[in-house]
Amino acid sequence: MAHPSQLGFQDAASPVMEELLHFHDHALMIVFLISTLVLYIIVAMVTTKLTNKFILDSQEIEIIWTLLPAIILILIALPSLRILYLMDEINDPHLTIKAMGHQWYWSYEYTDYEDLGFDSYMVPTQDLTPGQFRLLETDHRMVIPVESPIRVLVSAEDVLHSWAVPSLGVKMDAVPGRLNQTAFITSRPGVFYGQCSEICGANHSFMPIVVEAVPLEHFENWSFIMLQDA
Amino acid sequence: MSETIEEKIKTYRTAPFDARFPNTNQTRNCYQNYLDFHRCNKALSSKGQDVAPCQWYQRVYKSLCPMGWVSKWDEQIENGNFPGKI
Repeated sequence: MAHPSQLGFQDAASPVMEELLHFHDHALMIVFLISTLVLYIIVAMVTTKLTNKFILDSQEIEIIWTLLPAIILILIALPSLRILYLMDEINDPHLTIKAMGHQWYWSYEYTDYEDLGFDSYMVPTQDLTPGQFRLLETDHRMVIPVESPIRVLVSAEDVLHSWAVPSLGVKMDAVPGRLNQTAFITSRPGVFYGQCSEICGANHSFMPIVVEAVPLEHFENWSFIMLQDA
Repeated sequence: MSETIEEKIKTYRTAPFDARFPNTNQTRNCYQNYLDFHRCNKALSSKGQDVAPCQWYQRVYKSLCPMGWVSKWDEQIENGNFPGKI
């Protein structure tokens, strides 16, 4: 989950998010280096007493400041395209879950074997128990088996929503009448939070997403209990 | 052929990758399997054959299609106003 005065991304919980984090580190470092160089040059230009009124051209520096940016851009583009194609790889999911957006809650459907469906409402602030996170907790979590490829089909029943979990590197728009597919693998067990990411009315900020990754046995027990309660 | 389908259904985990629908938008994948299930039932039962192979399409559409869509379509089929061609 996000922390107060956090500057960077949340800790990655999926391999794709790890890659995105590393790429962001790489690109941001390049950005910082270029900005520092430019700032240094500006200060140097402004504070020097040296002048030369007779410069006409300079082939060497022109070559350098043409080639160097081109090389830097290629150094950014190559890892970027690598991740783009990595995210697009064909995967073989073990489980399919449907996440349906409503005003103003998510509902999850696990229909590979039995018809399991349940709603997931935000826990109101006054009902939070100590240790729970304000505006992030839900009454029912989307439980998944850890280290299994999961396919999530996102849609909506009324207006546009968007299903996002930053630590998994996932965001997918929920469009009424359309089924959008996204997939991920959790690299570790844990609880991962997200929030609706498309404006959808008065309580858009109050329909969070909680994904809980547990060992397969626990997932099977949980789905058995949920089926009985339904 | 129906033995392989039976095996495939027995070891079914979830809808596998379908190369006809490689992209993000899986709406047609769900709808196509729903149609195929009903068409398969209609075709096989009209010939008096066993409809067991059609179960594959049913497993796939049950995995992919939201329950609300399926119940709406089932109701339309019952009422005779389902828009698709079966």
